[in-house]
Amino acid sequence: MNRRRPVVRRFLHPGAWWLWAGCGAFVALRTTNPLLLGLLLAVVAYVVVCRRSDAPWAHTFSAALRLGALVIVIRVVFQVVFGNRIPGTTLFTLPAVDLPDWAGGVSVGGPVTLESVVGAAYQGLRLAVVIACFAAASSLCSPYRLLRSLPSVLYEAGVAVSVALTAAPQAVVSARRVREARRLRGRSGRGLRTWTDVALPVLEGALERSVALAASMDARGYGRRGSAAPMARRGAAGLTMLGLMAAAVGSYGLLDASAPFVLGVPALSLGLLALAGALLLGGRRSQRSRYRPDPWAFPEWVTAFSALAMVVGIVVAGRTGAVLEPSVQPLEWPSLPWAAAAGIALGVLPAWLTPLPPMLATLDAVPTAPERRSSPKPWPPVAPSLSVSPSRAEAAP
Amino acid sequence: MIRFDRVSFTYPDASVPALHEVSFEVPEGELCLVIGPTGSGKSTLLRAVNGLVPRFTGGRLTGTVSVDGRPTEAWAPRELADIVGVVGQDPAAGFVTDLVEDELAYVMENLGVDPSMMRRRVEDVLDLLGLHDLRQRPLATLSGGQQQRVAIGSVLTAGPRVLVLDEPTSALDPAAAEEVLAALTRLVHDLGITVLVAEHRLERVVQYADRVVIVGGDDPAAVDAPSGGPAAGRVSVGAPVDQLAVSPVVPPVVALGRAVGWTPLPLSVRDARRRAGELRGHLVGVDPPARRARSGEVLARTTGLFAGYGSLTALRDVDFEVRSGEVVALMGRNGAGKSTLLSQLVGLAAPQRGSVDLSGSAPHTLAAREVVRRAGLVPQDGAVLLYHDTVEAECSASDHDAGLPAGATRRMLDRLVPGLAPDAHPRDLSEGQRLGLSLAIVLSAEPPLVLLDEPTRGLDYAAKHRLAEIIAELAAEGRGVVVATHDVEVVAEVADRAVVLAEGEIVADGPARDVVVHSPVFAPQVAKVMAPEAWLTVAEVVAALPAGVRA
Repeated sequence: MNRRRPVVRRFLHPGAWWLWAGCGAFVALRTTNPLLLGLLLAVVAYVVVCRRSDAPWAHTFSAALRLGALVIVIRVVFQVVFGNRIPGTTLFTLPAVDLPDWAGGVSVGGPVTLESVVGAAYQGLRLAVVIACFAAASSLCSPYRLLRSLPSVLYEAGVAVSVALTAAPQAVVSARRVREARRLRGRSGRGLRTWTDVALPVLEGALERSVALAASMDARGYGRRGSAAPMARRGAAGLTMLGLMAAAVGSYGLLDASAPFVLGVPALSLGLLALAGALLLGGRRSQRSRYRPDPWAFPEWVTAFSALAMVVGIVVAGRTGAVLEPSVQPLEWPSLPWAAAAGIALGVLPAWLTPLPPMLATLDAVPTAPERRSSPKPWPPVAPSLSVSPSRAEAAP
Repeated sequence: MIRFDRVSFTYPDASVPALHEVSFEVPEGELCLVIGPTGSGKSTLLRAVNGLVPRFTGGRLTGTVSVDGRPTEAWAPRELADIVGVVGQDPAAGFVTDLVEDELAYVMENLGVDPSMMRRRVEDVLDLLGLHDLRQRPLATLSGGQQQRVAIGSVLTAGPRVLVLDEPTSALDPAAAEEVLAALTRLVHDLGITVLVAEHRLERVVQYADRVVIVGGDDPAAVDAPSGGPAAGRVSVGAPVDQLAVSPVVPPVVALGRAVGWTPLPLSVRDARRRAGELRGHLVGVDPPARRARSGEVLARTTGLFAGYGSLTALRDVDFEVRSGEVVALMGRNGAGKSTLLSQLVGLAAPQRGSVDLSGSAPHTLAAREVVRRAGLVPQDGAVLLYHDTVEAECSASDHDAGLPAGATRRMLDRLVPGLAPDAHPRDLSEGQRLGLSLAIVLSAEPPLVLLDEPTRGLDYAAKHRLAEIIAELAAEGRGVVVATHDVEVVAEVADRAVVLAEGEIVADGPARDVVVHSPVFAPQVAKVMAPEAWLTVAEVVAALPAGVRA
């Protein structure tokens, strides 16, 4: 039968996107192979282009790519100036300076070899791809949505984080206004005076805004007393802290191949257990409720599967002795580990198998200036409510 | 419903109390309007209702404020969230989430409302405030009026019985203000919610109020107000008609009623118009006084100007000019391009297409110091011009920036706002004084062209009147003045020419009298009362009346 299913636009569960992006970052951290990293970057960028919404926060990805390029450049420059000298093909030689002992006895400059530059570029690229993965997650779903799906025991900490996140873009806007104001006073030029002129009012503004926001949140019931006993509350908070710390140590142990085994899987499991306990304990005290929680349905499973496939691919490749960290000494062309590449390729599935995000109808508005109103629309607007609202809960096929 | 019992409040480090022995009660289901001069403590009074004062400000509060029997000393603001909703002056500053729908649900999530109930209430509030088209919009992309309605909705979903609003329409254009006020009156009349609202532009709200609270101020400019009003920090409470007879701040219809001795005083254009037949009869055949004619040299001109931010074009094909000695009012909706036009005239950004000519050069190519000698702009939030921690430091920095002899800015300041203490912190000044300081800094370089972006925000009638006098003086000195404003009463008082922008295009450009009188949105109250005759202000009407008719 050629029956078309109705197109239901909705947001994917934020947990699915962050799981997917986190697994991407994990893969990137396990390899310096430029072929794998390039493939991963392409996959991530493609998914972002296919599935990001038209909201203001969805435009951070290209900025992250630029930041990534900057990271590579800085990494290479540091290697050239401060790096330890790997013997090999000398590209050029910088005048060498040996710093005195009190400065650590570091030597600066000296011959710069192709091997050292390539090695640094690999490492820079790895970091750039990790940044791209997290930027992808935040373009694909707003940080606030992730916060909403956090378990209630983490909610209050999460609000603090999301408020901090909004402070940065606001500071950019207010810095622009202050710079304009300087010009209106007839001041121009650069230098230290500019910095103090701009930074002070921006900081003052940020402080005032956060007090206003705190007042508004308080007046709307944020932090109301729960019904639970203080013991349970403290227990939950303690378990959360313990769990987070153990989980952090565990992830480090997993990522660093030279770490002792006990810091890997056992520490991570302990951390996750403690977190689960905290959730159970904390969940009982919460009197918060949640408005229209995002469902976890088929597209979320697909995304989780593709995330898992990326991780399994790289782990299998590592076990079977594929070259994940291609040698730079001697310098050789990296080979493509097929298992890892296949896993990463599966990461592209969400680009096709997840629902489109709702149109937020922002085409007619300027994100930077809140006071601005609509201007004539370049094409007919999509009614925002038709696309999502009526059946968000029943959206799963 | 709301009860103040002998409440006094003193801010930390203040020597005089902001509120002094305030006692009054607002019964359930009333719309109660709080009025008073700038800086008289209206916001303090409102924020005391749910305990944000003193919990977020510090200071010392004595006496008892209680809402629905819950005293604020025992109940924190968050514990009152289910019965009091508070909307602050800047709605965007209080947004916690990023989508309209989530913002509406936020308070209910905190209160632990059942999910199905939550869903229903969000839908109800979307309908009640006309927000259903916006439900999935990011908050940052809303216009001012929409943001204000979302802010009201975001406290309304909790089902509060009291709503407290601080200047809900001060940043809005007349149409958006109507939108918000219509929503408010609906809440009062259909749902019986008690509303406490502070507002400077009384002409917009006074006819809807059931009760008026006047907070007394000690502003010297208001000395000529009728006696009987409350002293500084004290309040008086009563029916609107009685209260306005003694209020230091009144809308134009009331001022007209006072001037010609009508009792009871008219509160709305409708009341006044029904009484004004005789008044119009006295003025038949009398022409309103002529405003300044256009004769000066051209100070700035734009030709075929397109401008905007990024890919957005806020101005399309704008031909505009200002001459010396004229006052031009720039009007239009929020986002119509008024601020963009002003910033183009001083070269804050390069035009996308077309050209700007500021006495012979393109302003965006000039050095900042050169621009300020040709045109001075006081931006919308004039406080961004102020960086220093005393008035004295601001003045000397300004002399230095503009390369003037020491004391020039201070002399200008003394002319505009006499008697500011040199060691006062700019943040501690009243809105009017701060505007005066910003204006003095801009004027110290003696620019022939002065641009003011929304200068009347937060000003009371006395301060607005002083501003109008200053603008008239500047024009008399031969400067050109452009005022971008929503405030039709200020336009009526000072403007020679009015330019209306819509969607980035100029839709009207002509003598102020012709442009505003026949517009239902932009006509000042007096023009509506006196139509079809083209009178704009109370002063004009009173001056033209035969002596026997004046009260």
